[in-house]
Amino acid sequence: MILFLIGLFLLIQGFPAFHVAGWSFFTSSGFQTVGKTKHFGVEASLYGTVVVAVIALAVGTPVALLTALFLSEYAPKGLRPYLIACVDLAAAIPSVIYGLWAIFELQPNVVGISGWLARHVAWIPIFKVTTPKVNASLFIAGLVVGIMIVPIVASISREVFSLTPPGEKEGALALGATKAAMIRRVVLPFGRGGMISAVMLGMGRALGETIAVVIILSETFQISPHILQSGGSTVAQLIAIHFGTGGPLGTHALLLAGLVLFAVTLAINLAASAIVSRSRSGAGVDL
Amino acid sequence: MTTLAPPPTTSAPVNGSPMPRRIGTPLRPRDFGLADVGILVASLFSSFLLVWVVFYQLTLLSGGFGFLVCWYGSFLTLYWTVTSQIIDRRVATDRVFSTLVITGASLVVGIVAFIVGWVTWKGATHVRANFFTKDMSHFSPADPHVLNKIGVAHAIVGTVEQVGIAAAIAIPVAVVTAVFLNEVGGRGTRLVRTVVTAMSGLPSIVAGVFIYSILVETSLSHYAGFLASLALFILILPSVTRTTEEVLRIVPGGLREASLALGASEFRTVWSVVLPTARSGMITASLLGIAIAVGETAPLFFTAFGNNNMNPNPLHGAQQALPLVLLDFVRTPQGALVNLAYATAFILLSLVLILFVLARVLGRPRTKKAVWRARLRSLTQRSKTSEIDLPKNVLMMSATSIQKESP
Repeated sequence: MILFLIGLFLLIQGFPAFHVAGWSFFTSSGFQTVGKTKHFGVEASLYGTVVVAVIALAVGTPVALLTALFLSEYAPKGLRPYLIACVDLAAAIPSVIYGLWAIFELQPNVVGISGWLARHVAWIPIFKVTTPKVNASLFIAGLVVGIMIVPIVASISREVFSLTPPGEKEGALALGATKAAMIRRVVLPFGRGGMISAVMLGMGRALGETIAVVIILSETFQISPHILQSGGSTVAQLIAIHFGTGGPLGTHALLLAGLVLFAVTLAINLAASAIVSRSRSGAGVDL
Repeated sequence: MTTLAPPPTTSAPVNGSPMPRRIGTPLRPRDFGLADVGILVASLFSSFLLVWVVFYQLTLLSGGFGFLVCWYGSFLTLYWTVTSQIIDRRVATDRVFSTLVITGASLVVGIVAFIVGWVTWKGATHVRANFFTKDMSHFSPADPHVLNKIGVAHAIVGTVEQVGIAAAIAIPVAVVTAVFLNEVGGRGTRLVRTVVTAMSGLPSIVAGVFIYSILVETSLSHYAGFLASLALFILILPSVTRTTEEVLRIVPGGLREASLALGASEFRTVWSVVLPTARSGMITASLLGIAIAVGETAPLFFTAFGNNNMNPNPLHGAQQALPLVLLDFVRTPQGALVNLAYATAFILLSLVLILFVLARVLGRPRTKKAVWRARLRSLTQRSKTSEIDLPKNVLMMSATSIQKESP
């Protein structure tokens, strides 16, 4: 109900902007809504959103899955509740604090790697840099968002992993499998559906992340494959930065951008939750 | 491979090894003898030296982070090679995988500890009493004593009001939804559950934009703290619903059946048996939802808007909030404000931490003492014989045992 309302109202409010821009809203970028030449669109922002999400997943997913495996298979029994609480706490830390931490602590440490990659492996296209600086880049924004999605992905995958039938696990061990082999052959195949949906939910979060990106990324509207160089834009950042600056048409344009973001994340989340609800079990705990 | 005899200190799962493979408890000390520790330490040390030479002497790189990454990579390679030479390839894979898993988990714990510690270290030293009593209306960047004249009291008031209203609406709705999902059931369950899961991934900024488009853009209302509450309500509803539903699911079905068998109606069963059993879990769910709401920033742009002056009325006029004022401080880094930003971050994080710890403590399985107190209470209430007194007695004990078993 609320979801439907959200879509409806964003559609209504975004329509005037669509009326002005037409389909070029998706094929142009920039935010020039006042003055004679009206030019605005979300192309570069959509591209940046996807890039940030992909980097975040590339960084966050392995760490999250390893953490989930540790929590469900390796952690000593006494330590486990505290570690789970710690992961939950990571999910509760406000994103503005992640952003603050990232810009003052993470970025100075990571810029060295960016610079090195840019100097020495620039023959790989994505590492090439054409700006003088390598800070405030899509890469660093993606890194922070990656850290932020770890707890979500980890806690959902942990739940799925812990549902693995113990009989099958013990059977594998009894046949002489090492723990790693057991995890690869039993736990991971069993939890595949849950893992996929956990990653998709994490991706939904990464697409919609606003504040950390606003703090880190310096906004430029360009579509370039060079992820290490300074500048970029995401849809959520576009909305947050330009809110209230573009006159009535600007507001409509931002609402339209919000609708785009909403549609993309909703599609991903619905797919993910369909997978989750299919793999749901453990409904009947009885006396 | 199969003819290779394992050294006595290891329990390599080579064929014919008499020792049963470990089940359940990982990394039993017996499995990891002195020689294994030797291999581990030697790999660590030699990879450190190798990377140090290559990294700092040959290629003149810099940055501690890059060094750590290279060290870790070469350590894993070396560890795998050495173990597979000395023991077995499968053991090597197993060990390297264990190392990876342990590092992954400690990385997460480390980052959390680092962030909390960093904010505390930077922020706690800058917190002053006037931060809690003054607002930003007397802010002038040129004043050298500016930090004594400003504060974030307006933001604290705003956050408390906005989150309080949001929680007051969201928690009842969430509990009703969870009861519907888990107790009432019916045809809509699957749909509602899918929608709730999808909503939990709703970007926070979209929630803010939605409230803006529905109320501010249509001039039904102006910026107000109340609008922020509505946006936060949309955001915390799914998470509270999901957690509450999970808590309700571990209420044993036998209790419900016992209550129904004693002649209680379905509503009475839910109200007097299911909900009291799940009470501590529901408190946890609510507090976690509140903790998330406290830190949300993006929806507040469009709803509470921010305000440099104290505005205690959530129904009228723009209002400030802690995360919002923190973002302002970060985005306009004027020397004096950076310290205020750290202090604000510390206040915000401590608020979240307090809520979080409170949620954990209240959600813990009841201690024996509490169970006895509950039993006493139900005994004293025995005089007003109602249909649920008997199950309540059983219930406390079974709830404890079940909570102990579940992680």
